Amino acid sequence: MSDFIAVMAQIKPKLGCVSDNLSLIEQSIRQAVADKADLVIFPELALTGYFLKDLVPEAALSLDSPVMTTLKKLSLEIAVVVGFVEVTPDYQFYNSAAWFEDGQLKHLHRKVYLPTYGLFDEQRYLGRGDRFRAFDTKFGRVGLLICEDMWHLSAPYLLAMDGAVTLVCLSSSPGRGVEGEGLGSAVAWRNLTTAAARFLTCRVLYVNRVGYEDGVAFWGGSHAVDPSGTIVAEAPEFEESLTLVQLRDAGLRRERISSPLLRDESLCVTLRELSRIDRERSC
Amino acid sequence: MSGLHINAPLVRRILTGFLRDEILKVGARKAVLGLSGGIDSAIVCHLAAEALGPENVHAICMPYKSSNPESEVHARLVAQASGVNFTVIPITPMVDAYFEQFPDADNMRRGNKMARERMTILFDHSALLGALVLGTSNKTELLLGYGTLYGDMASALNPIGDLYKTQVWQLSEEVEVPRPVIEKKPSADLWAGQTDEEELGFTYREVDELLYRMVDQRATPDELAGDGFASAFVSKIYGKVQNSHFKRRLPVIAKVSNRTIDRDFRYSRDWGK
Repeated sequence: MSDFIAVMAQIKPKLGCVSDNLSLIEQSIRQAVADKADLVIFPELALTGYFLKDLVPEAALSLDSPVMTTLKKLSLEIAVVVGFVEVTPDYQFYNSAAWFEDGQLKHLHRKVYLPTYGLFDEQRYLGRGDRFRAFDTKFGRVGLLICEDMWHLSAPYLLAMDGAVTLVCLSSSPGRGVEGEGLGSAVAWRNLTTAAARFLTCRVLYVNRVGYEDGVAFWGGSHAVDPSGTIVAEAPEFEESLTLVQLRDAGLRRERISSPLLRDESLCVTLRELSRIDRERSC
Repeated sequence: MSGLHINAPLVRRILTGFLRDEILKVGARKAVLGLSGGIDSAIVCHLAAEALGPENVHAICMPYKSSNPESEVHARLVAQASGVNFTVIPITPMVDAYFEQFPDADNMRRGNKMARERMTILFDHSALLGALVLGTSNKTELLLGYGTLYGDMASALNPIGDLYKTQVWQLSEEVEVPRPVIEKKPSADLWAGQTDEEELGFTYREVDELLYRMVDQRATPDELAGDGFASAFVSKIYGKVQNSHFKRRLPVIAKVSNRTIDRDFRYSRDWGK
């Protein structure tokens, strides 16, 4: 493991316009390379936009599509994480995130928790992922989450137990709640990411998009949280931006020594109790 | 603090961003709106001027002969304060020409006709100027159905449709709408001396508190009774929301195919934008 510089690419995708969005992503990648970053992270569904509805099949990309090949090639220069609609050879559609590194697809995560309530309708259009797996990268072991995944405690927990020291969360979070000091969704997300980082002594890199779709404002505010739960870098709200953050191994080491929560976490107790709960609940 | 309280600077930021983004991405730069002299259109005018630059905003005042002359004065005041382009187009000749054929028409028919006459002028200017028509209906009116379908309810974009009247008042202080416009009694101004609250039979403050609890917080009838709302008032408002729902939807399409518009043919309006 080593220190690295990540760029949180807070972009404004065009709804259903994959080639325009690819250009936008390529442009941000070039800038991140010029800024000597090691990793650039794009939001959930960065290649397609969010409220796709019946556009899902049109905007979907297979893993061997030219767009994926382009991103793979670009990852020879810098590691790239990007959200898109994935279509499988048997025509299942997923809200997916791909991690490209050294010209290879290193990991693919399919969003497990598809919000289908309030203003969300994902399960109508998309298939549900079925796993959370940490994976090794040049920057240490990583766990990928997509937006709503993060609202389920078990998801970051599983990734941390699987050895992830950096949690990367891609998001398309709509802004709502204007009664308080800060935007309701922004306050909620910062609570969530900082608490997860602190509970799991992991870094959290949260990358949200900006722009409007049918009157819904995506609020941006991408941020990096260190393993003590402190926000160490933050993008502006509502504006496009590339925000650099330097992540140091020393900070992680220090936190893991001073708060050995994960060392003390008992997988056995958790598993035994989960098995019991499952037994008791199952019919 | 009431849940109706808003963080006005934050709302201002979201709404100006909304106008800029949603207008620029369809390839337009300009907006046109009807300026009545009331607070709703005043606030939209100020937000649009801030979002697009006042030179790109065209406000049109469309009085009828029975409109309160003060309305035009206030509309002019708003246009001057926000710096937007301002035109007055009286609708009396067109409306009167029509009702010469129907001299017995009641106030409702006349009011609806005036609202729709104004709509045709705004959409004509939309084509003339390459400008999008901004809606100025607030959430209270939209929920109560207190507006004319295809009249004042017609627009391309509505920045204030998710704000209750009480919240519009809060925001109007933030964007510095001229004082006389903030302080006057709300009126549809369809006939002399009309005020909204008299016509509705309750105040905006009362109904906004109820709508907020009923709609935003999904309070049950028991909870609303516990809040002190009279059950007759609750039923009356629930009925208004229910009975005006058709105004908030597209016309109903009879389904015969496998893919019917808006039922199983579903795309965002910002498709490709």
